[in-house]
Amino acid sequence: MTIDATDRRIIAATQAGLPLVSEPYARIAAELGLTEAALCDRLRAMQDSGVIRRIAVAPNHYKLGMTANGMSVWDVADDRVAELGQMVGNLDGVTHCYERPRALPDWPYNLFAMLHGGSREDVEAQRVGIAALLGDACRGHDILYSTRILKKTGLRLRSQKG
Amino acid sequence: MTLDETDCRILNHLQDGFPIAPHPYRMVAEELGLAESDLLDRLARMKESRVITRFGPFFDAAAIGGAFCLCAMAVPEDRFETVMTKVNAHPEVAHNYERTHRLNMWFVLATETREEIDQVAEAIELETGLKVLCFPKLQEFFIGFRVAA
Repeated sequence: MTIDATDRRIIAATQAGLPLVSEPYARIAAELGLTEAALCDRLRAMQDSGVIRRIAVAPNHYKLGMTANGMSVWDVADDRVAELGQMVGNLDGVTHCYERPRALPDWPYNLFAMLHGGSREDVEAQRVGIAALLGDACRGHDILYSTRILKKTGLRLRSQKG
Repeated sequence: MTLDETDCRILNHLQDGFPIAPHPYRMVAEELGLAESDLLDRLARMKESRVITRFGPFFDAAAIGGAFCLCAMAVPEDRFETVMTKVNAHPEVAHNYERTHRLNMWFVLATETREEIDQVAEAIELETGLKVLCFPKLQEFFIGFRVAA
């Protein structure tokens, strides 16, 4: 997954998003002094190596009426976390789903799923649904609602090395 | 803005991926049975009204030279504001949320290297005298969000 200086310029040029024009890659290529074919080859290579996770749209949950959210956390067997995580991640209303390490004894949970809904009741219903789905595979769970945003800054591309 | 059924289909379709080809919007429009110009107009409108936060490539933070880590602390109620000020003063703290739990402060550290994550977490522990629990991502399961069409 090594990237060179040209890849970095491509990342910088597309970080804000793709232009909404008929030939978006030709437009970006022209800005960077590349051919469209060369740009597309590099994008494909970055997608294949995982540098680009996907090219897609990110909807705004709040604008879509999904104003309630909760971080649900689950203690599931390590040897089943991949299978169960994928199952939970595929559910409607789940926007992020990760395996993270436990921090015993403070924190027994290893599966984190961010739940979104139109109301707190919707989110609670999702939690009940996931608990039923996991059944005996889940040894315990909790849900943490955010009560206040204490800081929020954009995640930026910090390093320009390479 | 209100979304119609076509807008929702577009949102759902474009969460799964977008082609790398000379006329990608035309290809997507054909798959959805729309005119290319209609698709572009709708995307522009949804971006304008911020229904779409972002549309483009999503890069792997680690691959482009960065590290992220979710961290949590159990902060005593009477020290909450003081600790918050100390934590937020670190530029590496990208997000910070108060949550309903004994572990009541949850923040994301964004640094250039994995080592810096540990350094910032240790600095916060020294400044506050509180334990910082680190929960780095071990595995990510597909992220999606379906809009009822």
